Amino acid sequence: MTLIDHLPVFLIAIPILASLLILVAGWWDRRFCYPISLVTILSQFGAAVIILMQVMREGTVRYYLGGWAPPLGIELAIDSFNGFILATILLLSVATVIYARKSVEHEIGPEKTIAFYVLFQLLVTGLVGMTITGDIFNLYVFLEISSIAAYALIASARKPRSYLASFNYLILGSIAGGFILIGTGNLYAATGALNMLDIARLLPASFELATVHAGFLFLVIGYSIKAAFFPLHIWLPDAYAESPSAVTILISTVMSKVSVYALFRIIFTIFTTAYIVDVFPVTGFILFIATVAMIAGAVIAIAQSDLKRMLAYSSISQIGYIMFALGVANQIALEGGILHILGHAVMKGCLFMVAGLIIYRVGTSRLSDLGGIAKVMPISCAAFALAGASMIGIPPTIGFMSKYYLVLGALEAGHWVYAAILLLGSLLAVGYIWRFIEIAYFRDGHDEGSGARTLEAPASMLAPMVALALLCLLLGIFVEGLMEIVGPAASLLLGGA
Amino acid sequence: MGDLNLLPVVAIAVPLLASVLILLVGRYENIREGVTITAAVAMLGAVLAMLPSVLSGTRITVSLLPMVPGGDFALRVDAFGMVFALTAAVLWLLNSFYAIGYMRAQREHAQTRFYFCFAVAIAAAVGIAFSENLLTLFIFYEILTIITYPLVVHIETPEAMKAGRKYLAYLLIGGVFLLAALVLTYVLTGTTTFVPGGFLAGSGSAIVLQVLFLLFMVGFVKAAWMPLHGWLPAAMIAPTPVSAFLHAVAVVTAGVFGIVRIAGWVYGMDLMASLGLGTLLALIASFTIITASLFALTEDNLKLRLAYSTVSQLSYILLGVSMLSVAGMTGAMVHIPIHAFLKITLFFVAGAIIVSTGKEYISEMKGIGRNMPVTALMFAAAAIGICGLPPLSGIISKIYLAVGAVEGGMPVLLLVLIASAVLNAAYFFPVIYTMMLERPDDEASLVTVSEPPLIMLIPIILTVAISILIFFYPAMPFMDLIDIAIAEITGSVIP
Amino acid sequence: MIGSFYELFFARYNYWMAIILMLIGLYALIAKQNLVKKLIGLNIFQTAIFLFYISLGEVRGGTAPIYLPEGVDALYVNPLPHVLILTAIVVGVSVTAVGLSLIVRIHEEYGVIDEADLLQELRRR
Repeated sequence: MTLIDHLPVFLIAIPILASLLILVAGWWDRRFCYPISLVTILSQFGAAVIILMQVMREGTVRYYLGGWAPPLGIELAIDSFNGFILATILLLSVATVIYARKSVEHEIGPEKTIAFYVLFQLLVTGLVGMTITGDIFNLYVFLEISSIAAYALIASARKPRSYLASFNYLILGSIAGGFILIGTGNLYAATGALNMLDIARLLPASFELATVHAGFLFLVIGYSIKAAFFPLHIWLPDAYAESPSAVTILISTVMSKVSVYALFRIIFTIFTTAYIVDVFPVTGFILFIATVAMIAGAVIAIAQSDLKRMLAYSSISQIGYIMFALGVANQIALEGGILHILGHAVMKGCLFMVAGLIIYRVGTSRLSDLGGIAKVMPISCAAFALAGASMIGIPPTIGFMSKYYLVLGALEAGHWVYAAILLLGSLLAVGYIWRFIEIAYFRDGHDEGSGARTLEAPASMLAPMVALALLCLLLGIFVEGLMEIVGPAASLLLGGA
Repeated sequence: MGDLNLLPVVAIAVPLLASVLILLVGRYENIREGVTITAAVAMLGAVLAMLPSVLSGTRITVSLLPMVPGGDFALRVDAFGMVFALTAAVLWLLNSFYAIGYMRAQREHAQTRFYFCFAVAIAAAVGIAFSENLLTLFIFYEILTIITYPLVVHIETPEAMKAGRKYLAYLLIGGVFLLAALVLTYVLTGTTTFVPGGFLAGSGSAIVLQVLFLLFMVGFVKAAWMPLHGWLPAAMIAPTPVSAFLHAVAVVTAGVFGIVRIAGWVYGMDLMASLGLGTLLALIASFTIITASLFALTEDNLKLRLAYSTVSQLSYILLGVSMLSVAGMTGAMVHIPIHAFLKITLFFVAGAIIVSTGKEYISEMKGIGRNMPVTALMFAAAAIGICGLPPLSGIISKIYLAVGAVEGGMPVLLLVLIASAVLNAAYFFPVIYTMMLERPDDEASLVTVSEPPLIMLIPIILTVAISILIFFYPAMPFMDLIDIAIAEITGSVIP
Repeated sequence: MIGSFYELFFARYNYWMAIILMLIGLYALIAKQNLVKKLIGLNIFQTAIFLFYISLGEVRGGTAPIYLPEGVDALYVNPLPHVLILTAIVVGVSVTAVGLSLIVRIHEEYGVIDEADLLQELRRR
C-alpha cells in the first residue's frame, strides 16, 4: 500500500505522536510547542482534503487498522458525509491554532502553555477519530479522549469559575458516556457486532426487541447530552463562557458538531430510516424538541448580559436547527442540516474569535462595558457584523443557504407550521446579534485614544477571524460547489448509494 | 454582442467596488467624494449603454451562479427593470452631489460610513431592478434592508436608535414573509424565474394562490402600504439625502417595483383577475391613499408630511396595478419615475431648508421664500406636479390611472383619484403659502437665510427640469420602455 | 406464574444487579452535595455498566479467556466484552483523576467542596 492509502490512520497517529513530541520539546523550550502544533494540524488538514477528494472520486474509503478486517478488526470508514465533517473540523482547528498563539499567552499564561498544546492536540485527535471511525465502540473511546481533553482545557482559564464549569461538564459528560456505553452494549447484545455496517446489516432482524429500543434510547440521549440538544444542554453555557477563548472556539464549533455527527450516524446509518419511521417513530418528537430548542435558545440569548454567554445560548439554538433537519429527515432538509454544520462552525468560530479579541483588548466581555467598541476595534466589529448577518440569514451568506434548504425541506415534507416557525425563529437571532451591533457601533464608551495607527490586535489573531468572516460570505455565494459533496452525503444517510 | 452581457454586471459591480474604495480612502474626503461621483457616472453610463438594446426589444440575460434549488443568481435587463434602473442611476448621480453639499454644510460625522452604505444600497437597488428571478430579487432586497440601517440611525441619538429598531423590525419581518412566498412559489411550480404574463396559473388551488399573494404583499412591506407603513415616517430621522434618495426613490420604489413584478411576471393579470386579487389590491391601495393623505394634513414636520405623501403616492402605483387593465398598468409603471423625480425634489428642498435655516417645522418656515426664491419655486413646482397639474409630469400618470379605472371596470376608483387630488392640494398648498406669502414672525431671523449652496441647488433645479422634460417628451425613454413592458405581459406584439 | 417470576428475576439477576447499582450511582451523583461523593457516585454508575457488559459475555461453564493448553477448542467466556471494559475502565480512571484534581483546585480556591456551601461562596464573591 502506498503512503496515500495510509492517510486515514495518519490522521490519528500523527497527532498522538505530536502531542508527545510537544510534551518533550516543550519541556526543552516552550517556544517549540506552537510550531509543532501548527505543522501537525496543517498536515492533518491537508490529509483531510486529499482524502475528501479521493472519496468524491472513488467512493467510500475504508482502512483496516492493523490490517485486521472487520468483524475482527476496527476499520476507519470515510464517506462523503464524514469526509465533509472531517474537513470542517480540521479547517476550524487550523484557524483556532493560529488564533490560539497570542490568546493562550494572554489568558492561560506561560506556565501552562505546554499542557495547553498537548491537550489541544489530543482534543483534535479525539474529534478526528470520532469522525472517521467505523466501529461503534471506537466511537465511544474517541469521544472520551476528546471529552477528557476538553474537561482539562476548559478548566485551564485563570478563573475559579472555570473549575466549576469543567466539573459540571465532567459529571454530565460522564453520565452521557455511561449512557452511550450502555447503548453500545445493548446493540452488541442484540447483534454481536461492533462494526457500524455489520450492525446495520444484522439489526433489522431484531428491530422489535426491547433491547434494541433501549439501546437506541440510551445512545440518542447520551449523544444528545454531549451535543447539548435542548433540554440536555445545561452544561454548555458555563463551559463556553468560562473557558479560555481559544478553547471556546474549538469546542463550540467542532465538539458539539461531532456529537451531532455521531447522532446522525447512529440514527441513519446504523438504525436506518426504516427504523425511525416505521418501527420507532421518533422523528416527529425530535422535530418538536428541535423547534423548541431553536426558539428557547435564541430567546435566552437575547436576555444575556455577557457576550460569550449570549453566543453560547445562540449555539444551543443553532444545534436545534441541525436537529430540525434530522426531524424532517428528507433529502433537502438533511442537505440543509449538513450545510449548517459547516456554516455554523464558520459563523460561530468567527463570532467567538471576536469575543476573544475583545477580551484580549479590553479584558471583559460584559456587554455593558463594550459601548462604542467599534471605534477601537473596527475590523473585529465588521467581522462580527458579517458573521452576524450570516447568523440572521441574510443572503447570500452561508447562514441563509442552510436555512433555505431547511425551510424547503420542511415544506416538501408538509410541515407547514414548522417551516413557518423556523422562518420567524430566525428573526430572533436579530435580537441578540443586533444588541451587540448597536452597543458596539452606536453607543459611547471607548474612544480612539491617541490616534496611534496600531493594529487593534495581533495579526495572528485578526487573520483567522477575518478569514472566517469572509468564508461566511464566500461559502454562501459558492454554495453550489459545496452541494456537490453535501448532496451525496445526504442521500448516503438516507440509504442511497 | 458579447460585451452587452457584461453591462448588467458592471452596473452593479461598479458601486460595490466604489464602496470598498470609499472605505479605503475614507480619510481623504475629496478623493472619497470623487469616488462616489465617478462611480455614479460610470453606473449611469453602463445603464444608458444598455438602453438602446432594451428599447429595440431585446432582453439581456446574464446567469451568474447556480445557487439553490429555486433559482440561480441571475440578472435580466428588460424594459420594466430598465425604468427603475434608469431612474435610480440618474437620481443617484444628482443625489450624490446634493449629499456632498448637505453633509459638508452640516459637518456631519461618520461620512465615510455614509457614502459606503449609499454605494452598496444603490448596487442593491439596481440589482433588484435587474433580477431575473425571485431569489436574486430576495438577495438584493435583504442586502438593501441591512445596508440602509446605518443610514437611518446615522445621527445616533436614542430616538434614532429607536427608529432604527422599528425600521429593521418591519423590514426584516417583511423579508421573512418574502422568503416564505419565494419558497412556496418554488414548491408550487418548481421555478422562480420571472415570466412575462406570469407562471403561477394552475399550480395551486385558489385559496393557496390568494394566501401566497398576501405573503408577497407583506413581503414587499417596502411599498409602505397601510397599515404596515410605520417604518417610513420613523425612517425620516435619517439625514435628508437618505430620506430623499432611499425613502423617496430607492427603497420604497423597490417595494412597489416588486409588487408590479409579481403582478405582471409571476401571477399575470388574468390570474389576478380570476382570483379577485385586483379588488383586494384596490381596497388596500385606496385605503392607503386616502388615509395617508389625511395623516399628511396633520403633520407639521415637513419631512413627515412628505413621508406620508410618499406613502399615499406609492399606493397610486398599487392602485394602477389593481385595475388590471392596460392603461392602469401603464399608469402604475410610469408613476414610478414620475413620482421619483418629483418627490426627490421636495425632499431636496426640505434638506436645503434645514441647511439654510435649521428649521424642520412648516409653521416655522413663514416667509423663507423671500430669501430662498429659487428653492421655494422648485418646491412649488414639484408640489404642483404631485397634485397633477401641467407642465409637470404628474398629470401623465393621473390620466392613465383615470383611463385605467374606467377600462378596468372600476369607475369607483375615479372617486378615489379625485378625492386624493383634492387632499394633495390640501396638504401642499398651505406649505407653499407659508413659505412664499406669509410674513415671518420675526423678520430678523430671516437675515441669515439664503439659497443653499450651488452644489445642492443645481440638483434641485435639474430634477424639476427633468420632470418638465418628461411631460413634454414622455416617450423618451420611459413611455417607450413601458409600452414594451406592457406588451410583454399582455402578450401582444412588441411595437 | 412461578415460572415467569423466576424468568423475570432470577434468570436475569445480573441485569437487575447492574440496574440497581446504576441507580444507586445516579442517585449519589445527583442527590449528594459533596463533590467527592458525586465522583464516587459516578464511579459506582460506571462500575455498574462494566458489570452489565461483562455479564453479557458470560458463557455457562466457560473459563477465563486466557489461552489454555487445550487450544482454541476449550470453552471460554466471550473475551470481547472484557477487552471493551478494560478500555472503559481506563477511561473511568482518567475521568476520576481529572475530576479529583478539579475538586482539589476548587477546594484551594473556595475552601469548600460541598455544593450548598459552594453556592454560598459564589454569591459572596
